[in-house]
Amino acid sequence: MNQYLEMFLSFFKIGAFTIGGGYAMLPIIEKEVVDNKNWLSRDEFLEMLAISQSSPGPVSINISIFCGLKIKKAKGAFCTLLGCILPSFIVILLVAIVFSGIETHPITIKIFNGIRPAVVALIAVPIINLAKTSKVTLKNVWIPIITAFLVAFLNINPIYIISLAIIAGIILNQKIQKAKENATD
Amino acid sequence: MLQIKLFITFFKIGLFSFGGGYAMLPLIQQEVVQNNQWITQATFSNLIGISQTTPGPIAINSATFIGFRTAGISGAFLATLGVITPSIIIISIFSTIISKLRGNTYLEAVMQILKLVAIGLIAAAALLLRTDVTNSYSSAIIFILVFFASFKLKVDPIILILLSGLAGFLFL
Repeated sequence: MNQYLEMFLSFFKIGAFTIGGGYAMLPIIEKEVVDNKNWLSRDEFLEMLAISQSSPGPVSINISIFCGLKIKKAKGAFCTLLGCILPSFIVILLVAIVFSGIETHPITIKIFNGIRPAVVALIAVPIINLAKTSKVTLKNVWIPIITAFLVAFLNINPIYIISLAIIAGIILNQKIQKAKENATD
Repeated sequence: MLQIKLFITFFKIGLFSFGGGYAMLPLIQQEVVQNNQWITQATFSNLIGISQTTPGPIAINSATFIGFRTAGISGAFLATLGVITPSIIIISIFSTIISKLRGNTYLEAVMQILKLVAIGLIAAAALLLRTDVTNSYSSAIIFILVFFASFKLKVDPIILILLSGLAGFLFL
């Protein structure tokens, strides 16, 4: 089979069968490109995954582009990206068409009145797990708390907070590096 | 033109999303519900529920859905293109300098702070939807049950959404 087509189909399959967000896709992409197809070595994939997680945008989109580029340059990235997003694009388009027609129906309203509090719970659960893996301590816990307060209660646009965090990270690192240089002098 | 506005808005959302799908919800909510009023708060909540039961990242799902609701198929296409364009540009650049990024202390320092900010943004996403929980006793009960089932019993989110929809249909 043409490798471009094969790449497209692999990512289409992954895009179609991973439900509920991009993170579910990551282990499946790894299995497909590293173990099943041998397109990349595990080290290559893991390094690309680390960079994809540090880049803006959905991680699954980033890693799909990255894999495509690495395997077959720009044309490859086109195939993997298209494969990854096409299933979700088609499904949501169909859902949007149907849902827009029935959203105000009393039965739909009843069903979604039940779903909405569940949605909030499913958003809240990962906060606890993330707090453990992201090394939240008494010293830095003010960062998530202030962020949540500013965004949820004062309506501050997250763009400002993210920009500030990037600047703060750069300044902080400059200070740390300087302190290290002084220590070795 | 509406299509161009959709592209630009979702470009901005793609460019400033760090830390996974839920962390970008407050930004999508501000841009789409508050600033542009393309969909209502209730539809936004419904959309998140739909995203949790359909394939693909939440960013793509919301771009396609909101784009379609605002400007039809061309709107869906341009909003989706908008949200992935920053990724295309940035990953193309990063893939050429991959060796320089390895162990880059700036990247590490920035990511450490952004991870903490992302937790705050996810908390904000939940807080912004708080009226969905506090509007009735039955909503609060569903919230508590689903939270427990997901956190302690690790029940699959899709099953929890379907059960909650069924509970809504039967009791609400």
